[in-house]
Amino acid sequence: MKQEAAVIVNKKSLNMNPGYIKLFVKDLGKHKFAYITIIPIIAYYLIFHYKPLYGILMAFQEFNPADGVWGSKWVGFEHFISFFNSPYFFRVVRNTFLLNLYQLIFEFPAPIIFALFLNEIKAMRYKRIIQTTTYLPHFVSTVVICGIIVDFCMSDGLFNDIIEFLGGTRVPLLQKANLFPVIYVGSNIWKNLGWSSIIYLSQLSSIDPQLYEAATIDGAGRFRKMWSITIPGILPTIIILLILRIGRMLSIGFEKIILLYNPLTYETADVISTFVYRKGLMDFAWSYSTAVGQFNSVVNLLLLVLANKISKKVNEISLW
Amino acid sequence: MNRKLKTDYIFDTINYLFMFILILVTLYPLLHVFLGSISDPYRLQKHRGILLYPLGFDLESYARVFANKSIVTGFRNSVFITITGVLLSMIMTILAAFFLSRRDILLKKHVMWFIVLTMYFSGGLIPSYMNIKELGLYNSIWVLIIPGALSTWNVILMRTYFLGLPNELEEAATIDGASEYYTLTRIIIPLSKPIIAVLVLYYGVDKWNEWFAASIYLRDRKMYPIQLILREILINNDPEKMMEDVMLTDKSAYRETIKYATTMAVTLPILFVYPFLQKYFVKGVLLGSLKG
Repeated sequence: MKQEAAVIVNKKSLNMNPGYIKLFVKDLGKHKFAYITIIPIIAYYLIFHYKPLYGILMAFQEFNPADGVWGSKWVGFEHFISFFNSPYFFRVVRNTFLLNLYQLIFEFPAPIIFALFLNEIKAMRYKRIIQTTTYLPHFVSTVVICGIIVDFCMSDGLFNDIIEFLGGTRVPLLQKANLFPVIYVGSNIWKNLGWSSIIYLSQLSSIDPQLYEAATIDGAGRFRKMWSITIPGILPTIIILLILRIGRMLSIGFEKIILLYNPLTYETADVISTFVYRKGLMDFAWSYSTAVGQFNSVVNLLLLVLANKISKKVNEISLW
Repeated sequence: MNRKLKTDYIFDTINYLFMFILILVTLYPLLHVFLGSISDPYRLQKHRGILLYPLGFDLESYARVFANKSIVTGFRNSVFITITGVLLSMIMTILAAFFLSRRDILLKKHVMWFIVLTMYFSGGLIPSYMNIKELGLYNSIWVLIIPGALSTWNVILMRTYFLGLPNELEEAATIDGASEYYTLTRIIIPLSKPIIAVLVLYYGVDKWNEWFAASIYLRDRKMYPIQLILREILINNDPEKMMEDVMLTDKSAYRETIKYATTMAVTLPILFVYPFLQKYFVKGVLLGSLKG
């Protein structure tokens, strides 16, 4: 009872006493444990997420680790300009855009189609088995996946055995620039098809079965039902995920690319993030690569805002 | 009506066939590696095309993998990183989610913003690298444990779960004079076992599979996690690293089977626990989608 009374008093004081500090002190007393334990969390974010933000200043400097961020010479937008004028600018932006576009065209719809067809399998046992199997590659490490790709793509590897069997000639597949996007996107689909379908499958199972029954009575066939009931049922999810995906159009995981590319395939495989990685951590062009990285994040944010705005207009579905 | 049944039948047949092929394509690469790893290396060397059964039976490659000191050290490092890392991550995630799920706490919104903003803005690769160097974490095994201790996404998942718990129990406990510590450890955590399982697995798989941070922050080979050793063997294709400490006269023959055996050894822990934990993985994805 006493506690309850305290809560009421507390609420009253919120109305009567605008002194925020007093209120905060009271809150501190009430949630002592929560406030103490949040300190390391705040510290973690400050040290590992907020502190590096000031490193962005490096992009506008001739950064020298000995002088630190405050002692280095300021050069304004020089690094950005030199990146825009470099012969690599076009190549890395194009590759980043193209690899993302291929992912959008091939990788994005794959789990949707898979979910639609899996949904048509009514025997729960088989459905379970298919799900268990297709989720599996999601947990296999990038290094292992790339190791298998490297092994299969070698000139005496499995893919070449198949190519030869079909009458082609053996080529070291990972050294062919024009094949890189195929290998990259193909293996992504292999890895993520099942896992990405989970969210669609859950949406599908929440569609009202009465809708299907009614459609059956009206004489609708399988595809008709798929088109008029199932697809509209998952459309909002598809659109939200699509917006998020477009927001990432110019960002691309570089771990897999670093493991798979080589100077022979830079022409199609070198993307902004791998360029930043090489320039920064191998050539030690700290400032320059920070500038390139920042260019990338700014474009990403703009794309996300833009995609969201378009979707809001067209479909009235938005992230915020 | 009859014709409809017939098209249904055709559809089902094609659908099952399609799913069957999909399963084959999904499993084959791993099966190939497994079959190769227990095959006779000389027969494997001559073999062309797909493998449907092991060519002979030879576990020598596994023996050699475990005789390789870098692999064994790598394994030990990865086990240490995974266990310590998951422990730290879980404690921090639970504490962060606990704060954010207190309905009446004053700074709830501020802290939430503070955390969520980091999902949209980051210093990027080079500033983060500089930060690690300044903090003195460079070339320390803790660089694989502390900087990645919290995943903001996982914090949000856990907070969502905490908020979904029945409020009455907590209120009753508070009225009885229970402390927040008691509420967390005796009420919230026991009720949150499913989400805890999900996040232990998420963090665990992440730490076990991590190689990039190790590759840029660790110089000392003694600290390399297993994935980085694996990278030397599989991607850089470095037979010297592969056969380290192993007396061999037939290096080229065992090269392929050793690669396969190493891959299996690294992947087996995950493949082994996977079927038991599948339902939890899925639960995690669905919780995440609630938020989105």
